[in-house]
Amino acid sequence: MNGDAIDSAEARQGPTPVNLLTGFLGSGKTTLLQRLLTDASMANAAVLINEFGEVGLDHHLLERIDDNVVLLKSGCVCCTVRGELADALQSLHAQRARGEIPFFDRVVIESTGLADPYPALSTLRAHPVLKSQFCVGKVITTVDAVNGLSAVAHRLEAVRQIAAADIIAVTKTDLCDERTTMAVNMRLGELNPTAAIITATDATLLSRLTTRSALSVDAHDWTAEVPPTRDEAATSHDASHHGHHHHHHHDEDEAHAVRSFSMVFEDDVDWTGFGIWLTMLLNRHGDRIFRVKGILNVAGEANPVAIHAVQRLVHPPVHMKRWPDERRHSRIVFIAEGIDPQRIRRSFEVFSRLAARVMADDPAVGAVRPFKAEAWAST
Amino acid sequence: MCSLCGILGCDDHWSSAIARPDVYTRNTDRVSRRREAARRRKIANAILAVRRLKLSAPTGTSYVLTNATGRSQVFEALAHLWPEADRMSSAGFDPLDEDFLTALERAS
Repeated sequence: MNGDAIDSAEARQGPTPVNLLTGFLGSGKTTLLQRLLTDASMANAAVLINEFGEVGLDHHLLERIDDNVVLLKSGCVCCTVRGELADALQSLHAQRARGEIPFFDRVVIESTGLADPYPALSTLRAHPVLKSQFCVGKVITTVDAVNGLSAVAHRLEAVRQIAAADIIAVTKTDLCDERTTMAVNMRLGELNPTAAIITATDATLLSRLTTRSALSVDAHDWTAEVPPTRDEAATSHDASHHGHHHHHHHDEDEAHAVRSFSMVFEDDVDWTGFGIWLTMLLNRHGDRIFRVKGILNVAGEANPVAIHAVQRLVHPPVHMKRWPDERRHSRIVFIAEGIDPQRIRRSFEVFSRLAARVMADDPAVGAVRPFKAEAWAST
Repeated sequence: MCSLCGILGCDDHWSSAIARPDVYTRNTDRVSRRREAARRRKIANAILAVRRLKLSAPTGTSYVLTNATGRSQVFEALAHLWPEADRMSSAGFDPLDEDFLTALERAS
C-alpha cells in the first residue's frame, strides 16, 4: 500500500485506537495477548510490549519499549509523558505513512505487571502530536482468579490497574472452583463497578475490546446497572485486613482503604461549575482518585453528558444520544483511596451552591437551581 | 505551551474540548467560547477570592493570576490554573479541606 492510500485510509478511519493491556505480575497478560492476536480482527494490530516474557509471541508487528517515564509532580496531565512510548508510537505512525511497515489499524500496548496505567494513558491524551494520531481505546486488565485478590490486598499497583479497566478479564478460572471465581468476580465488581468483568476465554472479549472508544455512546451502558443506592465497596491493600486484625490498625486501614462509591442527584448540573470542581479535585487528589465515571444531567441539555477520568486524565466528555432509563438523574461513580465519600459529597454541594449563586445574576444563562446530592452509596 | 514542563499544544482542557462528533463542549463558535470563558472566570474568581487571588484573561488567549501584593503569573492552559493557584497561595486550594469549604460558604 502506498503512502497516499494509507493517508486516505487514516483520514477515513480517524485516529488509530490504542488498547492498553495491563494486569499484575503473572496474571496472564501475554497468554491473553497471544490468543487475541490469533483472531482475524486483530490481524492488523501493532503490538508494543515492555518485556519479552516466557510466553512466546509470534506477530508481524511487534516492538519492545522500555519503561521510560517522564514524571513531574505538578498535577498536570501533560507533565506525565512516557518518553519512549511516545517515540515508539510516533515511529510506528511515520513508518506506516511511508509504507515501510504493514498497515495497522490498532495498537495494543502490553504493560509491565507493576506499571501504573496512568502515564501511558496520559501520553496518548496529552502528547501534542500523538493526541491527533491515536486515541485511547478500551483498557483491559487481567486478574488471576487464583492469586488476584491477594495482589489486590497487598499491592496498590494491582488496584490501580483494576480501577483503570474498562474490561477485566479473569484468568486461570480453570484452576479454581466456580465458587472462588464467583467470589473474585464479586470483589472486582465492588472495586470497579464501571468495568465489564468477564472470563478471559469469554467469546465477547474481542468485540468489547474493539468498540470504538473508551466511552462509546452506542456501547453497553454501565450506568443503567448502577443502582442509586449501591452498597459501598471497600477494600484495603493493607495486610491487616487479612488475618491478624488489630484495633490500632483501624486508622491506618481507613487512610488506605480503596472504595468505590456512587452519588446520584436529581437536579441539573451547572457544567461550568462542575468542570471547575472536578478539575480542582483531581488537581489535588488525582493520585488517590483512580477513576471517575458518570453521566450528568447538564442544565440546558436534553441528553446526558458522560464523563470519564482515570486519575488526572479526563477524557473528552461524550454527549450521549439518549438516557439509559427513564430517571434523568446524574450519577457519578468514584474509585478512590483513603477518601471519605462524605467529604466528596460535601465538597460537591458547597461548589454547586457557589456556582448557582455566582451564576444566578448572569443574564446570558439565567438562574441555576442549587442542588443537593439525593443519595449516596455510603449512606 | 505548558508553563510547568514546556510541552507545546497542551491547552485543550476537557471541560472546553475541541468540538468533534459526540463530544460535549461549549467550545464551538466564537460567541459560545467567549461566553463560557466568561462564566468560567466568574466562578473561578469566586473561589480564588477566598485566597485573595484574581484571574483575568486580558488577551483572550492566555490567563493572568494576580495576588493581593500585585505579583502575577501568566499561563496559557486552563489545565494549569489550579497548579499555579496552589503555587501562589500558601494555603492552597484543596476542595476537600473543611476550612476551605467553610470559607467558600462564608464568602457566599
